Amino acid sequence: MEQKELRAWEARCVQEETVRCTAACPLHVDARTFCKLMAEGRMDKAWAVLAKVMPLPGVLARLCDGPCKAACVRKDAGGAVEVDGLERYCASAAKPVAPPRPLPARNKRVAVLGGHLAGLCAAWELARRGFEVTLRCVDPGGPLRDLPEAALPKGALDGEIESLARLGVTFEACAALTPALLDAELADKDAVFADGDAFPAIFDGCGLPDPLTLGTQRAGLFASAPGEPSAVLRAAAARRAANSVDRYLQGVSMVTARELEGPCATRHFTSLEGVAPVPPACPDGCPDEAAARAEAARCLQCQCLECLKGCAYLRHFKGYPKVYARQIYNNESIVRGTRTANKMINSCMICGQCEAVCPEDFSMADLCLDARRTLVARGQMPPSAHEFALRDMAFADGGRCVLARHAPGTGSSAYVFFPGCQLAASDPDGVAAAYADLRARLGDVGLMLQCCGAPAHWAARDAMADDAAAALRARWEGLGSPRIIAACPTCMQELARTLPGAEIVSHWSVLRTLGLPDGAAGGGSLAISDPCAARRAPVLRDDVRNLLSGLSVDAAEPRFTGETTPCCGFGGLLSEANPELGLAVARDRAQSMDRDWVTYCVMCRDMMARAGGRALHLYDLLFPRVEDPAGRPAPGYSERRENRVRLRERLLREVWNEAADHEAEPFEAVQAAFTEAAAQNMETRRILASDVRKVLLQAERSGKHLLRTETGRRVASFRPAVVTYWVEYEPADDGYLVHNAWSHRMRIKGGQP
Amino acid sequence: MSLIKLPELDGAGWTCASCDEPLVPMARELEYLDSKFTVELPTCPKCGYVLIPEEIAIGKMFRAEQLMEDK
Repeated sequence: MEQKELRAWEARCVQEETVRCTAACPLHVDARTFCKLMAEGRMDKAWAVLAKVMPLPGVLARLCDGPCKAACVRKDAGGAVEVDGLERYCASAAKPVAPPRPLPARNKRVAVLGGHLAGLCAAWELARRGFEVTLRCVDPGGPLRDLPEAALPKGALDGEIESLARLGVTFEACAALTPALLDAELADKDAVFADGDAFPAIFDGCGLPDPLTLGTQRAGLFASAPGEPSAVLRAAAARRAANSVDRYLQGVSMVTARELEGPCATRHFTSLEGVAPVPPACPDGCPDEAAARAEAARCLQCQCLECLKGCAYLRHFKGYPKVYARQIYNNESIVRGTRTANKMINSCMICGQCEAVCPEDFSMADLCLDARRTLVARGQMPPSAHEFALRDMAFADGGRCVLARHAPGTGSSAYVFFPGCQLAASDPDGVAAAYADLRARLGDVGLMLQCCGAPAHWAARDAMADDAAAALRARWEGLGSPRIIAACPTCMQELARTLPGAEIVSHWSVLRTLGLPDGAAGGGSLAISDPCAARRAPVLRDDVRNLLSGLSVDAAEPRFTGETTPCCGFGGLLSEANPELGLAVARDRAQSMDRDWVTYCVMCRDMMARAGGRALHLYDLLFPRVEDPAGRPAPGYSERRENRVRLRERLLREVWNEAADHEAEPFEAVQAAFTEAAAQNMETRRILASDVRKVLLQAERSGKHLLRTETGRRVASFRPAVVTYWVEYEPADDGYLVHNAWSHRMRIKGGQP
Repeated sequence: MSLIKLPELDGAGWTCASCDEPLVPMARELEYLDSKFTVELPTCPKCGYVLIPEEIAIGKMFRAEQLMEDK
């Protein structure tokens, strides 16, 4: 990732954008933090937040009219937070703080003419910037002194005038502000600021100052326009003028990059979904601390984090997309050292939920797929992340599972049924029933059994994906490029990508047209879970709901559904690269509704079943076969492979009257039974029964194994390819009883089998 | 290359079935990706058959593999 790309990614995540209140505040007060501290009763800390950015905080905090309130997100849920009232309360309750320490001396002298609010603020801002400031006025404060004590106590104004002196401002009284005085100061000082309220005569003959720079037609003279009623806008004008003086004396551009001065636009987003309206606690000023804290607690503490709400993955790594983009950029920059973002990169489900909910369409899927592609291209992809899944894909695309046929007795296919390799792996009987129904009602429907290529795509193995796509295309074209009836939403997505131009319809659309199959049975209330691959397929989602309605199922929608549906934890190969998180994601989903689920992706069903949930696949309703299908355990890895093989053999035998054409490999003849503990360990450690049989065959042939003296059990190892498998077993009647299995990827040098 | 010792693994309670020899700790070389280590592992002194016990495979060894995959 180039730095330019990083910046583009970062710019799409608005979480770190300025919150609306701060952007709307002419002085950019951090009202969010201020409210948080006020709500916590930490008045002194809250005051420090104001004093950090406000000139003369003891004055301004009391005179602020809260322009942020117009931008407050809370305004549509009970009314804007009364930040101005809170400021006034804080000013009276908090301990005053010393003025900020000025920047190092700039050795430039600036005169401020006029000591009304703008003049005092300009003196403050200029002194902070390290200028040597002389304030020339008749009476510091001017009309501020006429305000009622309740609005501005005299002590508050005097305190801040003392602070100005502590900032280094020199006060020089004058009898009147005159053109002669201005000429003298312009001649004597490096720059001059004139307070337009105190010295309106300054504009005679030369017009108002430029709104962007507050510069005038006289070089070195800056001024605030007179008559601004808002105190905080007068302070903002003083800050703008101070910035201009700074630029002027540095000799840099007076106009570039000034968009963020004063009230500015922001892309920050905060949702009001689920926020109950609460009216202001003290709309007419806070009488006491309890009221002030209650009012401050109405602040929503605005955050975007829309994408985190529905995604356990994004929450798990404790950041948000902008942070993740930076981590990925850093990960790619590491030459020697640990690439700590690999796990995060490989845990994204590539499901598109974040993009669907993000106000700026940030796609973690695109970001993480690109990052995976880079890891693969540089040979840095952790081998253990996807290897098992890619082996499974190769198996599903191998001779024992693949089938591409016209219907028996036909030489062509108007349609071809593409159930997908996971449906064949989880519910082979359902696939057989569905294919029989399609042939009975549609006639010449061919069949393709194989993988759609999704695992290679998710693993960013482009070459492998291209090869698989070419083989798939050849088989499909071999059938005469028929219309594809796909039963899996992920397959539909993948096929659309790999077979552009192919006509792909979902099995659900076909059934909506044909009507429900004989024997279909529904009823009851089920929670519907849209698979993530149906996110951008409204027609598909509608077809499924129509079928459910035809089945008299009352389908309850979860919070995240349709376009915002989450992934089940399988997508993007999360459950392979990070099994614990995959299961946690599935558990989250399974537990989010109080009834059985129905879905139309078999991996969603199996993931929820694995996580202890109860879930049906639509085939369970359309082609009912077993008692309590929602309670069916998800088949393990070995069983999934066997199911694919057996489905193919069964269909060849029953539909095409052909015997199985596979020549069994020697290890398949090894008779092995597994204890429950062994089966469980094999599943979590991704050790297949076929791998165990290979170990047993190797031990049998070589006579090499170890003995555990205590139990008399045997232990042997074998490394068929890149993983060494260990099996603890004992001879049984006509084969072996397997007690345990484990594996490692490190290679033992020196002839170990 | 320094020798990594795993004192908890002394090979006690294990024999090589084909050689009928008790396993003894011996230095063996392991490799993964671009890294090599010499580790003392229970080994048949006669034929060199090594034991990687379950707790090592799923514990220290697994963690080392994960670390090397991110290097």
